[in-house]
Amino acid sequence: MKHYDVIIIGGGPAGLAAAIRASKNASVLLIEREARLGGILKQCIHDGFGVVRFGEKLSGPEYADRFIKEIDKTNVEISLLSFVTDVTRTDKYELTYVCENGVRRVTCDKLILATGCRERTKNGIFIQGDRCSGVYTAGAAQNLVNMMGVMPGKRVVILGSGDIGLIMARRLTFEGAEVLGVYEAKPTPSGLTRNIHQCLRDFDIPLYLSKTVTRVFGANRLEKVEISDVDDKMRPIPGTEQIIECDTLVLAVGLIPENELANDLSVKLDYKTKGAIVDQNCQTLSDGIYACGNALHVNDLVDYVSESGETAGGNASLPNKERKLVPVEVKGKIMYIVPQMLDLNSPLDKVITYFRASEDLTGQKLTVKVGGQTVFNKSYLKLLPPEMERVVIDYSKADLSSGRIVISLEDK
Amino acid sequence: MEMVCIVCPNGCRLKVDNSAEGVKVAGAKCKRGEAFAQTELTNPMRSVTSSVKTTVKNYPVVSVRTDGEIPKSKIFDLIKELSEFTLDKKVPIGTILIKNVLNTGINVITTTEMI
Repeated sequence: MKHYDVIIIGGGPAGLAAAIRASKNASVLLIEREARLGGILKQCIHDGFGVVRFGEKLSGPEYADRFIKEIDKTNVEISLLSFVTDVTRTDKYELTYVCENGVRRVTCDKLILATGCRERTKNGIFIQGDRCSGVYTAGAAQNLVNMMGVMPGKRVVILGSGDIGLIMARRLTFEGAEVLGVYEAKPTPSGLTRNIHQCLRDFDIPLYLSKTVTRVFGANRLEKVEISDVDDKMRPIPGTEQIIECDTLVLAVGLIPENELANDLSVKLDYKTKGAIVDQNCQTLSDGIYACGNALHVNDLVDYVSESGETAGGNASLPNKERKLVPVEVKGKIMYIVPQMLDLNSPLDKVITYFRASEDLTGQKLTVKVGGQTVFNKSYLKLLPPEMERVVIDYSKADLSSGRIVISLEDK
Repeated sequence: MEMVCIVCPNGCRLKVDNSAEGVKVAGAKCKRGEAFAQTELTNPMRSVTSSVKTTVKNYPVVSVRTDGEIPKSKIFDLIKELSEFTLDKKVPIGTILIKNVLNTGINVITTTEMI
Protein backbone atom coordinates (compact mmCIF):
# COMPACT_ATOMS: atom_id res chain seq x y z
CA MET A 1 0.00 0.00 0.00
CA LYS A 2 1.36 3.38 -0.97
CA HIS A 3 1.60 5.85 1.86
CA TYR A 4 1.04 9.61 1.71
CA ASP A 5 1.47 12.22 4.41
CA VAL A 6 -1.83 13.81 3.47
CA ILE A 7 -4.79 12.57 1.44
CA ILE A 8 -7.45 15.06 0.38
CA ILE A 9 -10.89 13.91 -0.70
CA GLY A 10 -12.51 16.32 -3.12
CA GLY A 11 -10.94 18.39 -5.91
CA GLY A 12 -13.14 21.48 -5.67
CA PRO A 13 -11.96 24.87 -4.41
CA ALA A 14 -11.36 23.65 -0.84
CA GLY A 15 -9.48 20.51 -1.86
CA LEU A 16 -7.37 22.35 -4.46
CA ALA A 17 -6.32 25.02 -1.97
CA ALA A 18 -5.63 22.39 0.69
CA ALA A 19 -3.53 20.30 -1.69
CA ILE A 20 -1.46 23.23 -2.93
CA ARG A 21 -0.72 24.38 0.61
CA ALA A 22 -0.04 20.90 2.01
CA SER A 23 2.32 20.02 -0.83
CA LYS A 24 4.85 22.56 0.42
CA ASN A 25 5.76 20.24 3.31
CA ALA A 26 4.19 16.88 2.57
CA SER A 27 3.45 14.15 0.04
CA VAL A 28 -0.14 14.62 -1.09
CA LEU A 29 -2.78 12.59 -2.92
CA LEU A 30 -5.87 14.43 -4.15
CA ILE A 31 -8.87 12.22 -4.92
CA GLU A 32 -11.61 13.59 -7.20
CA ARG A 33 -14.65 11.67 -8.39
CA GLU A 34 -15.23 13.65 -11.59
CA ALA A 35 -13.17 13.76 -14.78
CA ARG A 36 -12.02 17.32 -14.18
CA LEU A 37 -10.88 19.32 -11.15
CA GLY A 38 -12.82 22.34 -9.94
CA GLY A 39 -15.86 20.84 -8.26
CA ILE A 40 -19.06 22.84 -8.51
CA LEU A 41 -17.11 25.84 -9.88
CA LYS A 42 -17.03 24.13 -13.28
CA GLN A 43 -20.73 24.77 -13.74
CA CYS A 44 -20.92 28.12 -11.90
CA ILE A 45 -20.28 30.15 -15.03
CA HIS A 46 -21.66 33.39 -13.55
CA ASP A 47 -19.17 35.94 -12.24
CA GLY A 48 -18.42 37.36 -8.82
CA PHE A 49 -15.84 34.81 -7.71
CA GLY A 50 -12.50 35.95 -6.35
CA VAL A 51 -13.38 39.52 -5.42
CA VAL A 52 -11.85 39.09 -1.96
CA ARG A 53 -8.88 37.00 -3.06
CA PHE A 54 -7.90 38.34 -6.46
CA GLY A 55 -9.74 41.68 -6.50
CA GLU A 56 -11.36 40.54 -9.74
CA LYS A 57 -14.81 39.38 -10.73
CA LEU A 58 -14.08 35.95 -12.16
CA SER A 59 -16.46 33.25 -13.29
CA GLY A 60 -16.37 29.95 -11.42
CA PRO A 61 -14.31 28.04 -14.03
CA GLU A 62 -11.79 30.89 -14.19
CA TYR A 63 -11.42 30.92 -10.41
CA ALA A 64 -10.87 27.16 -10.41
CA ASP A 65 -8.39 27.47 -13.28
CA ARG A 66 -6.10 29.72 -11.20
CA PHE A 67 -5.77 26.90 -8.65
CA ILE A 68 -5.53 24.12 -11.25
CA LYS A 69 -2.60 25.94 -12.93
CA GLU A 70 -1.04 26.30 -9.47
CA ILE A 71 -1.49 22.64 -8.54
CA ASP A 72 0.10 21.60 -11.84
CA LYS A 73 3.34 23.17 -10.57
CA THR A 74 3.35 21.07 -7.39
CA ASN A 75 4.10 17.39 -6.84
CA VAL A 76 0.54 16.64 -5.72
CA GLU A 77 -0.62 13.29 -7.11
CA ILE A 78 -4.10 13.66 -8.57
CA SER A 79 -6.47 10.75 -9.06
CA LEU A 80 -9.50 11.69 -11.16
CA LEU A 81 -12.65 9.61 -11.73
CA SER A 82 -11.99 8.14 -8.31
CA PHE A 83 -14.51 7.41 -5.61
CA VAL A 84 -13.65 6.62 -2.01
CA THR A 85 -15.63 3.62 -0.81
CA ASP A 86 -14.07 3.04 2.59
CA VAL A 87 -11.90 4.73 5.17
CA THR A 88 -10.67 2.77 8.15
CA ARG A 89 -8.73 4.08 11.08
CA THR A 90 -5.74 2.00 12.18
CA ASP A 91 -2.62 3.65 13.58
CA LYS A 92 -3.04 5.74 10.42
CA TYR A 93 -5.87 5.99 7.86
CA GLU A 94 -6.50 3.31 5.25
CA LEU A 95 -8.49 4.34 2.19
CA THR A 96 -10.08 2.22 -0.48
CA TYR A 97 -11.10 3.92 -3.69
CA VAL A 98 -12.37 2.89 -7.08
CA CYS A 99 -10.65 4.45 -10.07
CA GLU A 100 -9.97 3.79 -13.75
CA ASN A 101 -7.29 1.24 -12.82
CA GLY A 102 -9.64 -0.69 -10.54
CA VAL A 103 -9.66 -0.75 -6.77
CA ARG A 104 -6.75 0.92 -5.03
CA ARG A 105 -5.77 0.93 -1.36
CA VAL A 106 -3.60 3.65 0.14
CA THR A 107 -2.70 4.93 3.60
CA CYS A 108 -2.08 8.37 5.04
CA ASP A 109 -1.27 10.14 8.30
CA LYS A 110 -3.72 12.98 7.78
CA LEU A 111 -7.02 13.02 5.99
CA ILE A 112 -8.69 16.18 4.70
CA LEU A 113 -12.39 16.04 3.94
CA ALA A 114 -13.11 18.58 1.20
CA THR A 115 -16.24 16.87 -0.02
CA GLY A 116 -18.37 19.96 -0.47
CA CYS A 117 -22.09 19.99 0.09
CA ARG A 118 -25.29 18.52 -1.30
CA GLU A 119 -28.56 20.06 -2.31
CA ARG A 120 -31.73 19.40 -0.43
CA THR A 121 -34.17 17.56 -2.66
CA LYS A 122 -37.93 17.41 -3.06
CA ASN A 123 -38.06 14.65 -0.45
CA GLY A 124 -36.04 16.78 1.93
CA ILE A 125 -38.78 19.41 2.00
CA PHE A 126 -41.83 17.15 1.73
CA ILE A 127 -43.56 18.20 -1.49
CA GLN A 128 -46.57 15.96 -2.15
CA GLY A 129 -47.91 14.81 -5.48
CA ASP A 130 -47.12 12.89 -8.63
CA ARG A 131 -43.73 11.46 -9.38
CA CYS A 132 -43.36 13.13 -12.74
CA SER A 133 -40.26 14.36 -14.55
CA GLY A 134 -39.48 18.05 -14.65
CA VAL A 135 -38.48 18.53 -11.01
CA TYR A 136 -34.81 19.45 -10.66
CA THR A 137 -32.52 20.72 -7.98
CA ALA A 138 -30.98 24.02 -9.02
CA GLY A 139 -27.54 22.43 -9.30
CA ALA A 140 -28.87 19.70 -11.59
CA ALA A 141 -30.55 22.31 -13.80
CA GLN A 142 -27.32 24.31 -13.78
CA ASN A 143 -25.35 21.26 -14.84
CA LEU A 144 -27.75 20.56 -17.71
CA VAL A 145 -27.65 24.12 -19.03
CA ASN A 146 -24.03 25.08 -18.40
CA MET A 147 -22.22 21.77 -18.94
CA MET A 148 -24.45 19.70 -21.23
CA GLY A 149 -26.06 22.55 -23.18
CA VAL A 150 -29.51 21.09 -22.53
CA MET A 151 -32.56 23.05 -21.43
CA PRO A 152 -34.49 21.49 -18.54
CA GLY A 153 -37.80 23.06 -19.65
CA LYS A 154 -39.66 26.08 -20.96
CA ARG A 155 -41.99 27.36 -18.23
CA VAL A 156 -40.15 27.36 -14.95
CA VAL A 157 -41.12 27.84 -11.32
CA ILE A 158 -38.26 28.22 -8.88
CA LEU A 159 -38.75 27.29 -5.25
CA GLY A 160 -36.27 28.84 -2.85
CA SER A 161 -34.43 32.13 -3.10
CA GLY A 162 -30.96 30.79 -2.39
CA ASP A 163 -28.19 32.11 -4.61
CA ILE A 164 -28.20 29.20 -7.04
CA GLY A 165 -31.96 29.59 -7.51
CA LEU A 166 -31.59 33.29 -8.26
CA ILE A 167 -28.70 32.71 -10.63
CA MET A 168 -30.61 29.96 -12.42
CA ALA A 169 -33.60 32.29 -12.82
CA ARG A 170 -31.40 34.64 -14.83
CA ARG A 171 -29.58 31.84 -16.64
CA LEU A 172 -32.77 30.12 -17.78
CA THR A 173 -34.14 33.50 -18.90
CA PHE A 174 -31.02 34.05 -21.04
CA GLU A 175 -31.49 30.64 -22.64
CA GLY A 176 -35.07 31.35 -23.59
CA ALA A 177 -37.14 29.87 -20.77
CA GLU A 178 -39.95 31.76 -19.13
CA VAL A 179 -39.31 32.00 -15.40
CA LEU A 180 -42.71 32.51 -13.82
CA GLY A 181 -41.47 33.38 -10.39
CA VAL A 182 -39.23 32.58 -7.47
CA TYR A 183 -41.11 31.40 -4.38
CA GLU A 184 -39.64 31.57 -0.89
CA ALA A 185 -41.25 30.07 2.20
CA LYS A 186 -39.39 32.41 4.52
CA PRO A 187 -40.46 36.03 4.91
CA THR A 188 -37.03 37.19 3.72
CA PRO A 189 -34.92 36.15 0.72
CA SER A 190 -32.17 33.56 1.35
CA GLY A 191 -29.72 34.69 -1.31
CA LEU A 192 -27.34 37.64 -1.43
CA THR A 193 -29.08 40.98 -1.92
CA ARG A 194 -27.06 41.74 -5.02
CA ASN A 195 -28.37 38.58 -6.64
CA ILE A 196 -31.98 39.61 -5.95
CA HIS A 197 -31.18 42.77 -7.88
CA GLN A 198 -29.03 41.58 -10.76
CA CYS A 199 -30.77 38.23 -11.33
CA LEU A 200 -34.45 38.99 -10.65
CA ARG A 201 -35.14 42.75 -10.72
CA ASP A 202 -33.04 43.31 -13.85
CA PHE A 203 -35.30 40.88 -15.72
CA ASP A 204 -38.62 41.61 -13.98
CA ILE A 205 -38.78 38.11 -12.51
CA PRO A 206 -41.19 38.22 -9.57
CA LEU A 207 -40.12 37.11 -6.08
CA TYR A 208 -42.90 35.85 -3.82
CA LEU A 209 -42.17 35.61 -0.10
CA SER A 210 -43.95 33.43 2.51
CA LYS A 211 -45.19 31.09 -0.22
CA THR A 212 -44.18 27.55 -1.03
CA VAL A 213 -44.91 24.72 -3.43
CA THR A 214 -47.18 22.21 -1.68
CA ARG A 215 -47.98 19.78 -4.49
CA VAL A 216 -46.81 18.82 -7.98
CA PHE A 217 -49.06 17.44 -10.72
CA GLY A 218 -48.21 15.62 -13.95
CA ALA A 219 -48.83 12.24 -15.58
CA ASN A 220 -45.34 11.89 -17.08
CA ARG A 221 -44.01 15.40 -17.26
CA LEU A 222 -44.75 18.11 -14.72
CA GLU A 223 -47.91 20.01 -15.74
CA LYS A 224 -48.64 22.27 -12.81
CA VAL A 225 -47.69 23.06 -9.23
CA GLU A 226 -49.78 24.11 -6.27
CA ILE A 227 -48.53 27.11 -4.34
CA SER A 228 -49.71 27.90 -0.80
CA ASP A 229 -49.13 30.79 1.55
CA VAL A 230 -47.32 29.78 4.73
CA ASP A 231 -47.65 31.06 8.27
CA ASP A 232 -44.81 32.36 10.42
CA LYS A 233 -43.78 28.79 11.25
CA MET A 234 -43.63 28.02 7.51
CA ARG A 235 -46.72 25.78 7.68
CA PRO A 236 -48.99 25.97 4.60
CA ILE A 237 -52.26 27.82 5.25
CA PRO A 238 -55.29 25.82 3.98
CA GLY A 239 -57.49 27.73 1.54
CA THR A 240 -54.65 29.77 0.04
CA GLU A 241 -53.81 27.23 -2.68
CA GLN A 242 -53.15 28.54 -6.15
CA ILE A 243 -52.34 26.50 -9.28
CA ILE A 244 -49.57 27.50 -11.69
CA GLU A 245 -49.08 25.78 -15.02
CA CYS A 246 -45.44 24.99 -15.69
CA ASP A 247 -43.27 22.18 -17.05
CA THR A 248 -40.30 22.66 -14.75
CA LEU A 249 -39.83 23.10 -11.03
CA VAL A 250 -36.36 24.08 -9.87
CA LEU A 251 -35.59 23.54 -6.19
CA ALA A 252 -33.08 25.88 -4.61
CA VAL A 253 -33.95 24.98 -1.05
CA GLY A 254 -30.63 24.86 0.63
CA LEU A 255 -27.36 23.05 0.91
CA ILE A 256 -26.14 20.59 3.50
CA PRO A 257 -22.47 19.73 4.09
CA GLU A 258 -21.60 16.31 2.70
CA ASN A 259 -20.56 14.19 5.64
CA GLU A 260 -20.96 10.54 4.74
CA LEU A 261 -17.28 9.81 5.25
CA ALA A 262 -17.15 11.93 8.39
CA ASN A 263 -20.06 9.92 9.77
CA ASP A 264 -18.37 6.63 8.87
CA LEU A 265 -15.36 7.81 10.85
CA SER A 266 -17.56 8.97 13.77
CA VAL A 267 -16.32 12.53 13.40
CA LYS A 268 -18.33 14.75 15.75
CA LEU A 269 -20.63 17.14 13.88
CA ASP A 270 -22.10 20.50 14.85
CA TYR A 271 -25.89 20.28 14.53
CA LYS A 272 -25.97 23.97 13.60
CA THR A 273 -23.48 23.95 10.72
CA LYS A 274 -24.17 20.28 9.91
CA GLY A 275 -20.44 20.00 9.34
CA ALA A 276 -17.67 18.81 11.62
CA ILE A 277 -16.71 20.58 14.83
CA VAL A 278 -13.20 21.95 14.26
CA ASP A 279 -10.45 23.94 15.91
CA GLN A 280 -8.76 26.98 14.35
CA ASN A 281 -6.68 24.65 12.13
CA CYS A 282 -9.79 23.01 10.67
CA GLN A 283 -8.88 19.81 12.51
CA THR A 284 -11.95 17.90 13.69
CA LEU A 285 -12.28 16.36 17.14
CA SER A 286 -10.84 13.16 15.61
CA ASP A 287 -7.06 13.59 15.56
CA GLY A 288 -5.68 13.69 12.04
CA ILE A 289 -8.98 14.34 10.25
CA TYR A 290 -9.58 17.80 8.86
CA ALA A 291 -12.64 19.36 7.26
CA CYS A 292 -12.74 22.45 5.07
CA GLY A 293 -14.83 24.36 2.56
CA ASN A 294 -18.51 23.61 2.20
CA ALA A 295 -18.09 20.23 3.88
CA LEU A 296 -17.32 22.19 7.03
CA HIS A 297 -20.10 24.77 6.70
CA VAL A 298 -21.90 26.16 3.70
CA ASN A 299 -20.12 29.32 2.59
CA ASP A 300 -21.47 32.04 0.35
CA LEU A 301 -18.10 33.15 -0.99
CA VAL A 302 -15.64 30.74 -2.59
CA ASP A 303 -12.79 32.96 -1.42
CA TYR A 304 -13.43 31.73 2.13
CA VAL A 305 -13.75 28.13 0.94
CA SER A 306 -10.21 28.40 -0.42
CA GLU A 307 -9.08 30.08 2.77
CA SER A 308 -10.29 27.22 4.97
CA GLY A 309 -8.74 24.73 2.54
CA GLU A 310 -5.40 26.45 3.00
CA THR A 311 -5.79 26.41 6.76
CA ALA A 312 -6.51 22.68 6.72
CA GLY A 313 -3.80 21.86 4.18
CA GLY A 314 -1.15 23.94 5.92
CA ASN A 315 -1.78 22.42 9.30
CA ALA A 316 -2.20 18.86 8.08
CA SER A 317 1.24 19.01 6.50
CA LEU A 318 2.89 19.73 9.86
CA PRO A 319 4.02 17.00 12.27
CA ASN A 320 1.54 15.71 14.86
CA LYS A 321 1.26 17.68 18.05
CA GLU A 322 -0.70 17.04 21.22
CA ARG A 323 -3.77 19.30 21.24
CA LYS A 324 -5.35 21.09 24.14
CA LEU A 325 -8.89 21.91 23.08
CA VAL A 326 -11.25 24.36 24.71
CA PRO A 327 -14.74 25.23 23.46
CA VAL A 328 -15.82 28.62 22.14
CA GLU A 329 -19.27 29.43 23.51
CA VAL A 330 -21.88 31.47 21.72
CA LYS A 331 -24.38 33.91 23.21
CA GLY A 332 -27.11 35.94 21.53
CA LYS A 333 -28.52 35.85 18.02
CA ILE A 334 -25.71 33.92 16.36
CA MET A 335 -26.74 31.03 14.13
CA TYR A 336 -23.30 29.43 14.26
CA ILE A 337 -19.59 30.04 14.51
CA VAL A 338 -16.59 28.25 13.01
CA PRO A 339 -14.24 27.21 14.57
CA GLN A 340 -16.17 25.90 17.54
CA MET A 341 -13.00 24.94 19.45
CA LEU A 342 -9.56 26.43 20.04
CA ASP A 343 -6.36 24.43 20.32
CA LEU A 344 -4.27 26.19 22.95
CA ASN A 345 -1.10 24.48 21.68
CA SER A 346 -1.44 26.14 18.25
CA PRO A 347 -0.97 29.78 17.29
CA LEU A 348 -3.81 31.94 18.66
CA ASP A 349 -2.92 35.38 17.36
CA LYS A 350 -4.88 35.20 14.11
CA VAL A 351 -7.90 32.98 14.61
CA ILE A 352 -10.10 33.33 11.54
CA THR A 353 -13.67 33.06 12.76
CA TYR A 354 -16.76 32.86 10.58
CA PHE A 355 -20.25 33.48 11.87
CA ARG A 356 -23.81 34.05 10.73
CA ALA A 357 -26.55 35.99 12.51
CA SER A 358 -29.63 33.92 13.28
CA GLU A 359 -32.03 36.62 12.02
CA ASP A 360 -32.03 40.00 10.26
CA LEU A 361 -30.44 42.42 12.72
CA THR A 362 -29.42 46.07 12.82
CA GLY A 363 -27.05 47.89 15.14
CA GLN A 364 -25.18 44.95 16.59
CA LYS A 365 -21.95 44.56 18.50
CA LEU A 366 -19.92 41.37 18.36
CA THR A 367 -17.89 40.87 21.53
CA VAL A 368 -15.36 38.17 22.28
CA LYS A 369 -14.64 37.69 25.97
CA VAL A 370 -12.21 35.43 27.76
CA GLY A 371 -13.04 35.02 31.45
CA GLY A 372 -15.08 38.22 31.32
CA GLN A 373 -12.23 40.19 29.71
CA THR A 374 -12.99 41.63 26.26
CA VAL A 375 -10.36 40.61 23.68
CA PHE A 376 -12.19 41.68 20.53
CA ASN A 377 -15.22 43.65 19.46
CA LYS A 378 -16.71 44.89 16.24
CA SER A 379 -19.86 46.85 15.39
CA TYR A 380 -22.23 46.01 12.58
CA LEU A 381 -24.87 48.31 11.08
CA LYS A 382 -26.66 45.34 9.60
CA LEU A 383 -26.39 41.56 9.80
CA LEU A 384 -28.31 39.10 7.63
CA PRO A 385 -28.29 35.28 7.96
CA PRO A 386 -27.51 34.74 4.25
CA GLU A 387 -24.39 36.89 4.50
CA MET A 388 -21.58 35.18 6.39
CA GLU A 389 -19.24 37.39 8.38
CA ARG A 390 -15.52 36.84 8.91
CA VAL A 391 -13.41 38.27 11.72
CA VAL A 392 -9.81 37.66 12.74
CA ILE A 393 -9.45 37.40 16.50
CA ASP A 394 -6.22 37.69 18.47
CA TYR A 395 -6.43 35.45 21.54
CA SER A 396 -2.67 35.35 22.15
CA LYS A 397 -2.68 37.87 24.98
CA ALA A 398 -5.61 36.34 26.86
CA ASP A 399 -5.34 33.65 29.52
CA LEU A 400 -7.36 30.96 27.79
CA SER A 401 -6.60 28.12 30.17
CA SER A 402 -8.66 29.60 33.00
CA GLY A 403 -11.57 31.61 31.62
CA ARG A 404 -14.49 30.68 29.42
CA ILE A 405 -14.38 31.94 25.83
CA VAL A 406 -17.68 33.54 24.85
CA ILE A 407 -18.59 35.17 21.54
CA SER A 408 -21.74 37.22 21.84
CA LEU A 409 -23.91 39.44 19.69
CA GLU A 410 -25.78 42.22 21.44
CA ASP A 411 -27.81 45.29 20.56
CA LYS A 412 -25.60 48.34 20.47
CA MET B 1 -33.30 56.66 -3.08
CA GLU B 2 -31.90 53.35 -1.92
CA MET B 3 -29.85 51.11 -4.16
CA VAL B 4 -27.94 47.87 -3.75
CA CYS B 5 -24.45 47.88 -5.23
CA ILE B 6 -23.86 44.75 -7.32
CA VAL B 7 -20.15 45.26 -7.95
CA CYS B 8 -19.06 42.66 -5.42
CA PRO B 9 -20.72 40.17 -3.04
CA ASN B 10 -20.65 42.72 -0.22
CA GLY B 11 -23.81 44.15 -1.79
CA CYS B 12 -23.52 47.51 -0.05
CA ARG B 13 -26.80 49.28 0.53
CA LEU B 14 -26.36 52.71 -0.97
CA LYS B 15 -28.24 55.85 -0.13
CA VAL B 16 -28.26 57.87 -3.32
CA ASP B 17 -29.17 61.54 -3.42
CA ASN B 18 -29.68 62.73 -6.98
CA SER B 19 -30.07 66.50 -7.04
CA ALA B 20 -29.14 69.39 -9.31
CA GLU B 21 -25.69 69.59 -7.73
CA GLY B 22 -24.96 66.02 -8.75
CA VAL B 23 -25.17 62.53 -7.32
CA LYS B 24 -24.29 62.00 -3.67
CA VAL B 25 -23.71 58.45 -2.49
CA ALA B 26 -23.52 57.18 1.08
CA GLY B 27 -23.12 53.68 2.45
CA ALA B 28 -20.54 52.33 0.00
CA LYS B 29 -17.64 50.43 1.52
CA CYS B 30 -15.44 51.32 -1.45
CA LYS B 31 -15.15 53.82 -4.31
CA ARG B 32 -16.60 51.39 -6.82
CA GLY B 33 -19.97 51.78 -5.10
CA GLU B 34 -20.08 55.48 -5.90
CA ALA B 35 -19.19 54.86 -9.53
CA PHE B 36 -21.83 52.13 -9.66
CA ALA B 37 -24.54 54.50 -8.42
CA GLN B 38 -23.51 57.13 -10.97
CA THR B 39 -23.79 54.84 -13.99
CA GLU B 40 -26.83 53.01 -12.61
CA LEU B 41 -28.73 56.30 -12.68
CA THR B 42 -27.59 57.32 -16.15
CA ASN B 43 -26.68 54.24 -18.19
CA PRO B 44 -26.79 50.98 -16.23
CA MET B 45 -24.03 48.57 -17.21
CA ARG B 46 -23.73 44.82 -16.66
CA SER B 47 -21.14 42.16 -17.32
CA VAL B 48 -22.77 39.14 -18.91
CA THR B 49 -21.92 35.48 -18.47
CA SER B 50 -23.35 32.75 -20.66
CA SER B 51 -22.21 29.89 -22.89
CA VAL B 52 -21.82 29.10 -26.59
CA LYS B 53 -22.24 25.76 -28.30
CA THR B 54 -19.19 23.92 -29.59
CA THR B 55 -18.41 20.98 -31.87
CA VAL B 56 -15.55 19.91 -29.58
CA LYS B 57 -15.69 16.46 -27.98
CA ASN B 58 -16.83 16.50 -24.32
CA TYR B 59 -17.80 20.16 -24.58
CA PRO B 60 -21.37 20.56 -25.82
CA VAL B 61 -21.07 24.15 -24.62
CA VAL B 62 -18.26 26.30 -23.28
CA SER B 63 -18.69 29.13 -20.80
CA VAL B 64 -18.08 32.73 -21.86
CA ARG B 65 -18.31 36.24 -20.44
CA THR B 66 -17.89 39.80 -21.52
CA ASP B 67 -14.46 41.13 -20.57
CA GLY B 68 -16.10 44.30 -19.28
CA GLU B 69 -19.54 45.78 -18.88
CA ILE B 70 -22.01 46.45 -21.64
CA PRO B 71 -25.17 48.58 -21.45
CA LYS B 72 -27.93 46.67 -19.68
CA SER B 73 -30.25 47.42 -22.59
CA LYS B 74 -28.02 45.36 -24.92
CA ILE B 75 -28.01 42.15 -22.88
CA PHE B 76 -30.55 40.33 -25.00
CA ASP B 77 -28.91 41.46 -28.25
CA LEU B 78 -25.72 39.93 -26.91
CA ILE B 79 -27.51 36.73 -25.90
CA LYS B 80 -28.88 36.46 -29.46
CA GLU B 81 -25.41 36.92 -30.91
CA LEU B 82 -24.07 34.18 -28.64
CA SER B 83 -26.85 31.78 -29.66
CA GLU B 84 -25.75 32.17 -33.29
CA PHE B 85 -22.11 31.42 -32.49
CA THR B 86 -20.50 27.97 -32.75
CA LEU B 87 -16.99 27.24 -31.53
CA ASP B 88 -15.36 24.59 -33.73
CA LYS B 89 -12.02 24.01 -31.99
CA LYS B 90 -10.42 23.84 -28.58
CA VAL B 91 -9.19 27.23 -27.43
CA PRO B 92 -7.29 28.27 -24.29
CA ILE B 93 -9.18 29.97 -21.46
CA GLY B 94 -9.54 33.72 -22.05
CA THR B 95 -9.64 33.46 -25.85
CA ILE B 96 -11.60 36.25 -27.54
CA LEU B 97 -14.51 34.73 -29.46
CA ILE B 98 -16.29 37.91 -30.49
CA LYS B 99 -14.32 41.15 -30.73
CA ASN B 100 -16.01 44.49 -30.02
CA VAL B 101 -19.38 42.83 -29.61
CA LEU B 102 -22.32 45.04 -30.68
CA ASN B 103 -19.84 47.92 -31.05
CA THR B 104 -19.49 48.22 -27.31
CA GLY B 105 -15.71 48.04 -27.32
CA ILE B 106 -16.08 44.91 -25.18
CA ASN B 107 -15.06 41.38 -26.17
CA VAL B 108 -16.61 38.01 -25.44
CA ILE B 109 -14.02 35.63 -23.97
CA THR B 110 -14.08 31.97 -22.98
CA THR B 111 -13.88 31.19 -19.27
CA THR B 112 -13.20 27.45 -19.27
CA GLU B 113 -9.87 25.76 -19.97
CA MET B 114 -10.80 23.06 -22.48
CA ILE B 115 -8.55 20.13 -21.65
